[in-house]
Amino acid sequence: MLRALFASILLLMATGNVFAVEPSELLADQKLEARARAISAGLRCLVCQNQSIDDSSAPLAKDLRVIVRERLVAGDSDDAIRDYLVARYGEFILLKPPLNAGTILLWGTPPAILLIGALALLLRTRRRQADHGELSEEESRKLAAILEENRG
Amino acid sequence: MIVETGHYALVLAFALSLVQGVLPLWGSRKGDVALMAIGPSAAIMQFVLIAIAFGALTWAYLSSDFSLLNVVQNSHSQKPLIYKLSGVWGNHEGSMLLWVLILSFFGALVALGGRRTPQELLATTLSVQAWISAAFLLFILLTSNPFARLALPPVEGNDLNPILQDPGLAIHPPLLYLGYVGFSMTFSFAAAALINGRIDAQWARYVRPWTLIAWIFLTLGIAMGSYWAYYTLGWGGFWFWDPVENASLMPWLAGTALLHSATVMEKRDALKVWTIFLAILAFSLSLLGTFLVRSGVLTSVHAFATDPRRGVFILAILVVFIGGSFVLFALRGPLLKAGGIFAPVSREGALVLNNLLLTTSCATVFTGTLYPLALEALTGEKISVGAPFFNFTFVPLFIPIFLAMPLGQVLAWKRGDFLGSAQRLTLAFILAICVGLLLAATRGEPVVSAVFAGLAVFVIIGSFAEIWTRISGSGWAPRTILSRAMGLPFSAWGTALAHAGVGVTLFGLAATGWGVERILAMRVGDQVGIGPYALTLDAVAPRKGPNYDETVARMTIRRGGVEIGQIEPSRKFYRARQMTTTDAGLRTYFLGQIYVVVTEQNASGTIDVRMYWKPYVAMIWLGALIMALGGGISLADRRLRIGVARRARVRPVVQPAE
Repeated sequence: MLRALFASILLLMATGNVFAVEPSELLADQKLEARARAISAGLRCLVCQNQSIDDSSAPLAKDLRVIVRERLVAGDSDDAIRDYLVARYGEFILLKPPLNAGTILLWGTPPAILLIGALALLLRTRRRQADHGELSEEESRKLAAILEENRG
Repeated sequence: MIVETGHYALVLAFALSLVQGVLPLWGSRKGDVALMAIGPSAAIMQFVLIAIAFGALTWAYLSSDFSLLNVVQNSHSQKPLIYKLSGVWGNHEGSMLLWVLILSFFGALVALGGRRTPQELLATTLSVQAWISAAFLLFILLTSNPFARLALPPVEGNDLNPILQDPGLAIHPPLLYLGYVGFSMTFSFAAAALINGRIDAQWARYVRPWTLIAWIFLTLGIAMGSYWAYYTLGWGGFWFWDPVENASLMPWLAGTALLHSATVMEKRDALKVWTIFLAILAFSLSLLGTFLVRSGVLTSVHAFATDPRRGVFILAILVVFIGGSFVLFALRGPLLKAGGIFAPVSREGALVLNNLLLTTSCATVFTGTLYPLALEALTGEKISVGAPFFNFTFVPLFIPIFLAMPLGQVLAWKRGDFLGSAQRLTLAFILAICVGLLLAATRGEPVVSAVFAGLAVFVIIGSFAEIWTRISGSGWAPRTILSRAMGLPFSAWGTALAHAGVGVTLFGLAATGWGVERILAMRVGDQVGIGPYALTLDAVAPRKGPNYDETVARMTIRRGGVEIGQIEPSRKFYRARQMTTTDAGLRTYFLGQIYVVVTEQNASGTIDVRMYWKPYVAMIWLGALIMALGGGISLADRRLRIGVARRARVRPVVQPAE
């Protein structure tokens, strides 16, 4: 049902032509086209549910794909194209949000959990080794006594 | 009348769940055997009642009873029989009914198979299970009643959403729910153990089959969903890091961690607190997934706010169960005594590492999925967290898991010898390097694909290193090896197979880098090369289906000039909903697939075609099947069936209830 719901939302978004990148959009220059595809995969189709413009068949996505290719042909760098689109549509368009005050927790949580987890494990191991490692003087004496008894 | 019976049965099931939630628990507190005995009977009866309700709704669908609002909205008299059946759960109300049906199914299974479980534990577990049941039954009855009648029934229904008219719908949701809801059993066992205050290695043994069952089905459900998306959505992707997918991945990650920590608990009586925590976490994440999908909060925070009835109800269920269980955990957890100790380099140590990495990756998915929602709700700022974020954060966490997987298996319990164990993986390591180099040389770019494919080979071969050591220990004579192989417990084979499955999936994922894509406009008679194959468009023709009309593009596949098959991508137009869908054409050759999608004809007489050659792509899902098979073999282990680890000559006596 999960997939089903997801799929049905996608369908609502899709219009007539269920096709993402169309043959007529492709650039003749293979290298530029490959760059266009790579950039497109990181840009959100703003009216869709979690789809990149490369995957979406919405008219807006098509417009954005065309813009990306126009800027590429004009000689812009990948970053310049992204900046241009962010200036127009906001950071919402980036599927990989940049690190800033608003996203510090997003980017920080995974490494923080890994570090805290690793630290907790390290401390635990140390503590337990301290608990169970060496025998105390009292215990050594008792052990010696027991061994002595058994021998006798 | 049948429909009313179903409705009534549902109300009865709710009442019964209240009884089951109180009396057995009370009995276990007071040591009253008669009260405790109510648990199993009530659990079985509850399943029967919900099954009657589900049967009634199914009957309404099969007979196209359009006096039911739910049937009108989601069915059509001309819909093929299989989709009339699967349409029962292809909508909100029906899918929730399936949810509680599976919940009560597990309850009944525990009741039937619980003869060896101590009565007190069984009674408390079934009571906890009944609370979950009561909450969701009330949710259905109050906000999502599938049995609502219409005063003026229409002649015809609205049909099911065309994209759901696929065998995928028949299989995927039940599998996924069996997984999701299966974790409710582990949850109930954990809560019961906390309530009773008794948790030991024996507990881990009672719970292990339920964790395994849930994990097997969740694995299959996710894989099936992924394959369904792959062939339905039309651009050949199989995982989109969509919140709905993440909702099923989170319990899987937590459940996988649970499966491993429970092993430590069972074998070494260690990691008890952590295992209980994971048991609660896995089901909490299942509940969270249900909330995310069912409340509409994903579409937009605002959509949730405009019709909050269902969302708020599930949110309340979420808060009560997750909050309640963690409070219980906080109160009782510290009372648990720490068990066996172990050195950092040991089988336990490796499993702890596995748990650390799996939980971190789970937390990563959790943050990535919920952060945009939280940020928007709190500050109004909108950001997107999509595939690039997850690929960047999730993948690095899994690389150490793949590296450590074979290593952990060859380490000894308690205190391992790192170098000595690593030596046993020499063969796997050498083979991995060879395959990696070979693929880099023959397939070329991207190099990262060859590296990951090599890692996959390391995982696959390395998974059997432990078994090899165990069976070749006393000589290389084929007969000794065979008899030793037969003597190994099923769980050893299951573990090896499941781990190898992970490697197989990894190989398929790695190979996506070598895929070829062509996007072009084709005329009838045109031939296009794709990978080692050539496709010719033979004809574009209309065809009539039961409730749709389609345009089919017939293509011939050739390899080296020789015809080897046909492929028929199409576009379907569904009459009732006036909607168009694409049906990808798929052909599998040596684990790779040719994938073709078409659109309708252009004015100039051409059709737009998007085609792919995806080498080894089938291994992605094949790996998941192997994982599930490994789980199944492990489930058949004697230790789980009989409750005794070793083969005994005398049939073990069933232990009396404590």
